[in-house]
Amino acid sequence: MTNEFVLEAITREFPESVISSSEPYGMLTIEVKKEDLKKIVHYLRDSSLEFNFLTDICGIHYPEFPEKEIGVVYHLHNMMANFRLRLKIFMSRENIEVDSLVELYAGANWMERETFDFYGIKFKGHPDLRAILNMEDLGYHPMLKEYRLEDGTRTDKDDNMFGR
Amino acid sequence: MSDNKPVIRTDAPAPEGYEGEGFFATKLSSVIGMARKFSLWPLPFATSCCGIEFMATLNPTYDASRFGMERNSFSPRQADMLMVCGTISKKLGPVLKEVYTQMAEPKWVVAVGACASSGGIFDTYSVLQGIDKIIPVDVYVPGCPPRPEQIIEGVMQVQALVESESIRRRDMPEYQKLLDSYNISN
Repeated sequence: MTNEFVLEAITREFPESVISSSEPYGMLTIEVKKEDLKKIVHYLRDSSLEFNFLTDICGIHYPEFPEKEIGVVYHLHNMMANFRLRLKIFMSRENIEVDSLVELYAGANWMERETFDFYGIKFKGHPDLRAILNMEDLGYHPMLKEYRLEDGTRTDKDDNMFGR
Repeated sequence: MSDNKPVIRTDAPAPEGYEGEGFFATKLSSVIGMARKFSLWPLPFATSCCGIEFMATLNPTYDASRFGMERNSFSPRQADMLMVCGTISKKLGPVLKEVYTQMAEPKWVVAVGACASSGGIFDTYSVLQGIDKIIPVDVYVPGCPPRPEQIIEGVMQVQALVESESIRRRDMPEYQKLLDSYNISN
């Protein structure tokens, strides 16, 4: 399995869905349409490409691109061929929702909960979408970049010590 | 080869009092204070690197047992010195508070290290910026992480507090007010 082969297979199967592709550090990275994501992953898992393992799901936030502000990154792994693939989807702040992959990979359950916890991305069809790492009454999604890095309750900090 | 032999002091000062032939009269609180001072039972609330330093403090090299800290209690009801060693996240805050409230009076709290004292380098959304936000603290030990000597110094500070504390202190309205400010009911 090579990057060209996998990219070819995906573009042939879903010509409308692939938006762009690149190979940072040799790992095939494909940006796809949000609506088709579950379909594509289902195909990748069940076709002869056999991406049988979901390595990771994580969110990403680009405040400077309003059209593509919130993203979700999926890492898939074909363990037989030791081939890795990265899928990215992007959406605007108005409609932060994407299909859940729990039906395809049971491991997606906690990963999607984490992504929801930190970025507020809702996963349609997730059986139990609630915070997993942060405390339940935190009240916001801390990895979004509109929040300050520092904790506001710190009383002993002298800005002069931090060059600010 | 170390050449420092253990020194056993038998001339430690007795509490203030009246001494006569075959008897010694002193204040009850001095005796109680002295007894408490040399039998502090710590409850190690160790979450991270400071916890490891605390474990080193309990090792024979530093030998916390010299201070009567022989028994580390993991049951809050049998402990009287809560040693919070390490980062306390906001999610763990309620747990720490529950442990504190379950300890029997009299109790003392040592915040070991920068994280327990002020949140340390973790100035983020998830970390409690010092345990004194949720429970009263008696002694802060600086350091990141503090060496065992520093932890022992903190324990000795607590001992000084314990020795001089009146046995009525915990019944005082000021103490009640302190607990009320933390919403801890006694």
